[in-house]
Amino acid sequence: MSMRTLSRKIVNVVMLTLTGVCAVFTVSVLFLILGYLVYNGGKSLSWEFFTRLPAPVGESGGGMANAIVGSAKLLFLAALLGVPVGLLGGLYLAEFGGRTVPFVVRYMADLLNGVPSIVIGILAYAVIVLRARHFSTWAGGVALGFMMIPIVLRSTEEFLRAVPRSMREGAMALGASKWRMIVSVVIPAASRGIVTAVLLALARVAGETAPLLFTAFGNRFWSPGWSQPTASLPVMIYTYAVGPYEDWHQQAWAAGLVLLGLVLVTNITVRLIVLRGASAQRS
Amino acid sequence: MSNAAAPQGAPAPGVPENAVTNSTTKPLEASTPVPLRMQVRNLDFFYGKVQALHKINLDIAGNRVTALIGPSGCGKSTLLRTLNRMCETVRHTRLEGEIRLDGEDILAQDVTRLRRRVGMVFQRPNPFPKSIFENVAYGLRINGIPANRPGGLAEAVEHSLRRAALWDEVKDQLHKSAYALSGGQQQRLCIARALAVDPEVLLLDEPCSALDPVNTAKIEELLFDLKSNCTLVIVTHNMQQAARVSDSTAFLLNGELVEFTPTPQMFTTPADARTEAYITGRFG
Amino acid sequence: MERHFERDLNELKERVLWMGSLAERAVHQAIHAVLDADASQAEKVLQEESALNELQVEIDDRVVQLLALQQLMAADLRFVLAVSRINNDLERIGDQAVNIAQSALRILRHPRVKPYVDLPRMSELAEGMVRDSLNALVRGNIELARSVLVRDDQVDALRDQIFRELLSYMMGDSAVVFQAFELILVAKNLERVADHSTNIAEDVIYIVAGHDVRHSGVERHK
Repeated sequence: MSMRTLSRKIVNVVMLTLTGVCAVFTVSVLFLILGYLVYNGGKSLSWEFFTRLPAPVGESGGGMANAIVGSAKLLFLAALLGVPVGLLGGLYLAEFGGRTVPFVVRYMADLLNGVPSIVIGILAYAVIVLRARHFSTWAGGVALGFMMIPIVLRSTEEFLRAVPRSMREGAMALGASKWRMIVSVVIPAASRGIVTAVLLALARVAGETAPLLFTAFGNRFWSPGWSQPTASLPVMIYTYAVGPYEDWHQQAWAAGLVLLGLVLVTNITVRLIVLRGASAQRS
Repeated sequence: MSNAAAPQGAPAPGVPENAVTNSTTKPLEASTPVPLRMQVRNLDFFYGKVQALHKINLDIAGNRVTALIGPSGCGKSTLLRTLNRMCETVRHTRLEGEIRLDGEDILAQDVTRLRRRVGMVFQRPNPFPKSIFENVAYGLRINGIPANRPGGLAEAVEHSLRRAALWDEVKDQLHKSAYALSGGQQQRLCIARALAVDPEVLLLDEPCSALDPVNTAKIEELLFDLKSNCTLVIVTHNMQQAARVSDSTAFLLNGELVEFTPTPQMFTTPADARTEAYITGRFG
Repeated sequence: MERHFERDLNELKERVLWMGSLAERAVHQAIHAVLDADASQAEKVLQEESALNELQVEIDDRVVQLLALQQLMAADLRFVLAVSRINNDLERIGDQAVNIAQSALRILRHPRVKPYVDLPRMSELAEGMVRDSLNALVRGNIELARSVLVRDDQVDALRDQIFRELLSYMMGDSAVVFQAFELILVAKNLERVADHSTNIAEDVIYIVAGHDVRHSGVERHK
């Protein structure tokens, strides 16, 4: 075997090993996180965690019921803002418009996607919180909504574009107007994809902490209505993790586990939706 | 011809048994004039700056099958798509000239109304991601037809599926997804869907090119049955198919209409040398 | 699955069989014009000649159209090609009948040469061959077709016999030369009718079995 062949073989083996190691490393990071969370958080998960309010500072016990409800309210608001705007925006990009306007809109959406979440938080702070002179749930919801918009918009556009031209032509050849065609054929055809995109966007913003720090702020009690500050899971994790009490640390682990569980469940649901759709298509 | 066709008296002794002696066979030449359903006059069509069709003049006879043949890129699909203005779905196109349906200019009409009267079946089957029933009912629903039809939607759907020779195969599974059907069945479903709104003209853009020979034969037989109450225009790159199914054939080359004659004549004694070259396979 | 071109094939078959019935009738009438000295039969044959010729043209047009427009295969293809040949044979049979009728009209002006013995036998054979070859076509019956092929030799033998007999008559009595000569022509025409029937029978075998049984001495391409 010549030197050249040998060196090639060596390079081959080295690179393969390297790439394999990196892949394993990636996966093991995830398992590491999972492992830590399950081990540490599992210990502290209890009925109390889900139903009780946080205990007064210094006392042990209590739960994160208000944070869970708070996160739910924030996500609801975020969806209320992000989903319609993103959907209709994506619809516009996919179905209407010529060259320049869609290009600009798309570019802007991508930029918005890249804006650091804390900057969006500052914007919501300046526009809403300062004006109202207090933190509020709906300021947090708006901030999260802004973050959802570009994700939903771009995904909607992609899934709508993925609907084959032949299907649109089939509808138009039957005498459907453009809007009729979109509503009765294109959107149903893309619905599966759009739903998965919305779910993934929700899962993504569920864990955003930075913007909530100065919009929803936090609350050790229930937060009735929408115009008061509210607790949320990510902020609670932050508060408890750096706090001095061991009890708090445990609860932070539990909260982290809950959050991760939410993300995992969403992802699995999405997979199932997609799989069921694909098999219906094939059969 | 009359002596040969209608003999008098009893057959002569020794005439072979089963020989038909009172033949009702009609003579080969066509006799009655056929009404025109669509007329194309001086049609020019442009994709941007490129001219795809040059001064096309064509008469589409009613209740007949007209075939458009020609090499790739000759403009036959483009021409077909002008007939129901589907050419407008592409940007930067321009159409000059006249196209008439039953004497009315189609360019002046509402396009969705036109497309109800002139239906289209595409090259690849394109059923909607809905049930078989909903696919056929789609055209009826969006055109608001069930309101004035006795028997309702279900009857209309059954009628269309029967016309497309698909009813017997799907009658027990109308609520299954259209994607559960085979390719040939899906294409017949698309035909049923197009027929549901009772179009006067049906345009078929290479309807069999994605199908195997058996399904192709089924659809060709279907065309014979459909033409009794519908006018058919078919684009095909398969000359033999045009020979089998059509009554008249138009040969296009580079966006021009080279020849338009009754099919028997086109394939036995074409007038133009270019047509002959194409038909005998000596083209290119 | 029934195809639309089957209707065209059936129509073609009908036309060929109709032409065959006309040709057969023509031969029958022509030969009886000779045997029964009946001028009216001969006249009928001459009148109906044009019908046969028109049919030949029509059948050829149908054949061309079928071949151009349909991609016929296997038995359908053999059928159409064979019909094209049968068409010609039938037209030639019609021509022979006309020739016989014309001879009949000429013979009528003279007294009979001798009682006809072999001629009726030959005409019966020839007519039978025409009828059976067409029946074989109708029913797709190979056995019947083969029986036609066999009889051709008998017809040839009868023709030779008639020739010898009439020749000896002519040599014996110069007054009968004209009639005898016409009778020789009639016998020749009948023999040609039998030959054409044989061709039709061979074509039927080709249609049904796919074998080309013409000219058994010739090598076939495999």
